[in-house]
Amino acid sequence: MVARIITGAHYGLKDWLVQRITALVMAVYVLLFAGTVLVCSPASFVEWQALFAPQWMRLASLLFFLSLFWHAWIGMRDILMDYIKPTALRLGLQVVVILLLVAYAAWAIQILWSN
Amino acid sequence: MLFRIYRFDPEKDAKPYMKDYQIELQATDRMLLDALIRIKAIDDSLSLRRSCREGVCGSDAMNINGKNGLACVTRLADLQSPVVLRPLPGLPVIRDLVVDMSQFFKQYHSVMPYMVNNDPPPDTERLQSPQDRSELDGLYECILCACCSTSCPSFWWNPDKFVGPAGLLQAYRFLADSRDQATSQRLDDLEDPYRLFRCHSIMNCVDVCPKGLNPTKAIGKIKDMLVKRMV
Repeated sequence: MVARIITGAHYGLKDWLVQRITALVMAVYVLLFAGTVLVCSPASFVEWQALFAPQWMRLASLLFFLSLFWHAWIGMRDILMDYIKPTALRLGLQVVVILLLVAYAAWAIQILWSN
Repeated sequence: MLFRIYRFDPEKDAKPYMKDYQIELQATDRMLLDALIRIKAIDDSLSLRRSCREGVCGSDAMNINGKNGLACVTRLADLQSPVVLRPLPGLPVIRDLVVDMSQFFKQYHSVMPYMVNNDPPPDTERLQSPQDRSELDGLYECILCACCSTSCPSFWWNPDKFVGPAGLLQAYRFLADSRDQATSQRLDDLEDPYRLFRCHSIMNCVDVCPKGLNPTKAIGKIKDMLVKRMV
């Protein structure tokens, strides 16, 4: 292949927007969660379980985790784009990050709906 | 006052080294450039660029005590001794404080830094309302000294792909120009993970700009335009 500087992939805007929106979702959840914990002040495992029993709490937590993983993907991709120059290695690491985050998401669902 | 200056002559030196100069300043020496000219009188092998000596040409940009700036508008009274001077970071050194700006200008040229208007030119100027003209304030003043782009880590890591703050400020200067007709083409060109979105708004560019401009704000406005076009 010709050693030419290639740009013009025509993406990035959606990721930039998603990074901001997911950050907002996480900020709102953290505030709500902190407020809930302060009000309910769960002291035992049973009380913690009760806190996560309502469906809305599980859904809100799932939205938080999905936002976190999507946000982390964009951040990790940015880091890999900056520091890992060989294309094959970068693509490989990006795939590893995606697979890990998808696994984390499945695990989060399993934990949230485990009881 | 003690000056510690980066020296490197690729024809003579195996590697760069720092050289100390102790000089007596005169009452008329107000700016760093005055001191550098005095040092050059002692040691004429020291290479640096300078021209207008009043912050208009952008030639004497260098790294001054760890922060990029123009020697001609940096007050000696504000500097701590020893004054450590290095070439602009991230660009290849030609000799001493002189760097190769090719990569920087290549990025500048890549944003079409000229007005595109296909209408037949009128007999007089293409007029703008005072409001439209005021959109260009804070953009047109850039002197391309490269202080901002060479203080940007994203430009250090990808100088060949990331346009850099100076180039993006110029890109927005033409996006904001009511007389320009290539808005869509310009946005298409910038919508790229490397060309625009390497900017993570750390604002090093704003911190160092000797003209007090705000490339981060201009980059934010480009992103706003892209969002407006998409949503």
